[in-house]
Amino acid sequence: MKLKVALCLLLLSGSPVFAQATDAALLIGGCQGCHGVNGQGGHGIPSIKANHSRDEFTAIMRAFSANERQATVMGRISRGYSAEQIALLAAHYARAQ
Amino acid sequence: MVLSRRTFLAAAALPAALAAPHIASAQVGAGRLVIIGGGFGGASAARFARDNFPALDITLIERSRTFTTCPYGNLVLAGRREMNSITFGYEKLSARGVRVVHQSVVAVDAGVKRVRLADGAQVPYDRLIMSPGIDLRWGAIEGYDEAASERMPHGWVPSLQPISLLRRQLEAMPDGGNFIMVIPDNPFRCPPGPYERISMVAEYLKRAKPRSKLIALDAKNGFSKQPLFQEAWQELYPGIIEWRGASSDGRVTRVNAAAMEVETEFGEKLKGAVVNVIPPQMAAKIARDAGLANQSGWCPVKPATFESAQVEGIHVLGDATIAAPMPKSGFVASSHAKHAVACIAASLAGRAPPAATFFNTCYSHVGTDYGISIVGVFRTGPNGFLEIQGSGGVSPRNAALTVERRKEHRQLEALYADGWYDSITNEMFG
Repeated sequence: MKLKVALCLLLLSGSPVFAQATDAALLIGGCQGCHGVNGQGGHGIPSIKANHSRDEFTAIMRAFSANERQATVMGRISRGYSAEQIALLAAHYARAQ
Repeated sequence: MVLSRRTFLAAAALPAALAAPHIASAQVGAGRLVIIGGGFGGASAARFARDNFPALDITLIERSRTFTTCPYGNLVLAGRREMNSITFGYEKLSARGVRVVHQSVVAVDAGVKRVRLADGAQVPYDRLIMSPGIDLRWGAIEGYDEAASERMPHGWVPSLQPISLLRRQLEAMPDGGNFIMVIPDNPFRCPPGPYERISMVAEYLKRAKPRSKLIALDAKNGFSKQPLFQEAWQELYPGIIEWRGASSDGRVTRVNAAAMEVETEFGEKLKGAVVNVIPPQMAAKIARDAGLANQSGWCPVKPATFESAQVEGIHVLGDATIAAPMPKSGFVASSHAKHAVACIAASLAGRAPPAATFFNTCYSHVGTDYGISIVGVFRTGPNGFLEIQGSGGVSPRNAALTVERRKEHRQLEALYADGWYDSITNEMFG
């Protein structure tokens, strides 16, 4: 919802911000396929919405990609993201701080 | 909801006002987005557009009132799911503010940017997305036409033939009868799908028809998640499955539906009590008629935007496209959809397309509490699409895991498969 409002406003404003919001929406779109539209999870798939701080979220993704955190698919997936992309995801999914 | 011609003309005059009355039609990025096809690509496009780009006026054209997914059809075949659990309606998408029109498309007039419907209505658009799905190449295997598919079901395109037909034949098969599967060469819809089907049928045979065998005749020599599937078959269904690749005369060139017989490239004839023929495929007719397909029968796209490489102003996505190394999967169609919508929104706002990242997560059920997966993260390259180096791949092989972790891993992936299915269908239809 927050994102929706943000995009709505950004459509009327500056281009770099619009681009970043669109990039975030697209990245989040990839998570939604399994974790649900709101990141709520289900059927054993963990909820990823507002469970962690940004730093914790980023650290978890790094641990996945370094094979330092037990995973089924997330190790293989996390290695496809750049640090910037993980930061965008963290900003969206981390709890408000 | 079916709109009359007059309503459409009104919609054409006041695009944003109808769908989103709180937004002025002069808003930056406003425009009429029409989506043809309400499957994984089309329904995901409509939902993503509605959630993220309120300035878009969205019409989804889909001839059927319900959508039955290909994913989880193999579980219906095995008797583990019912048809109604894999069938969805468009009511909620409609309630979200997507104009859903249940009509067949007669033609796409790309020159004047209009879609003509069977009831005579014309739907004008600023940007068009087509997510048409596939057609089967009748006659590509000699003797395999639509009539033959009644006796030898394909069970591959739910809108043409429900998986329940093959299910009934499997249930009626006598114990000791052979189940023959005919599997096509690449490219085709859902690369691991035939092998999940082998697994699910074998599970059913082991339980209900222990004297029966499954013979899979494959037109190629390798397949998706092959080592994982074959390890599991040996472990779970010893002696039940015989898989033959092309170099072991697995390619079927002719069928005789009346005799329930298939013939291989080198002339061997095999009779089945049930014969499941998954024939070669191509982009659906509507896409070919619109000029989107090339000689291969599939639709080339501009990688950066998923706009057709052949017809300007039409974005084409999903199984109908040429987008290797991305597979023809529902998850990938949904990923194409989101990117295409974002590109359209950017273009209507006069901006450059966003950076492209595409995702695939594809689970297969191999047995009870036994799931495996393949995942991929992709980007655009100079001449097409690339898998991002170091990412993606399949579940670990048995030898790479301790016995305990292996059991847990397979169990979790079976559970997550169900979670994926719930999440993605809820995104499209919930």
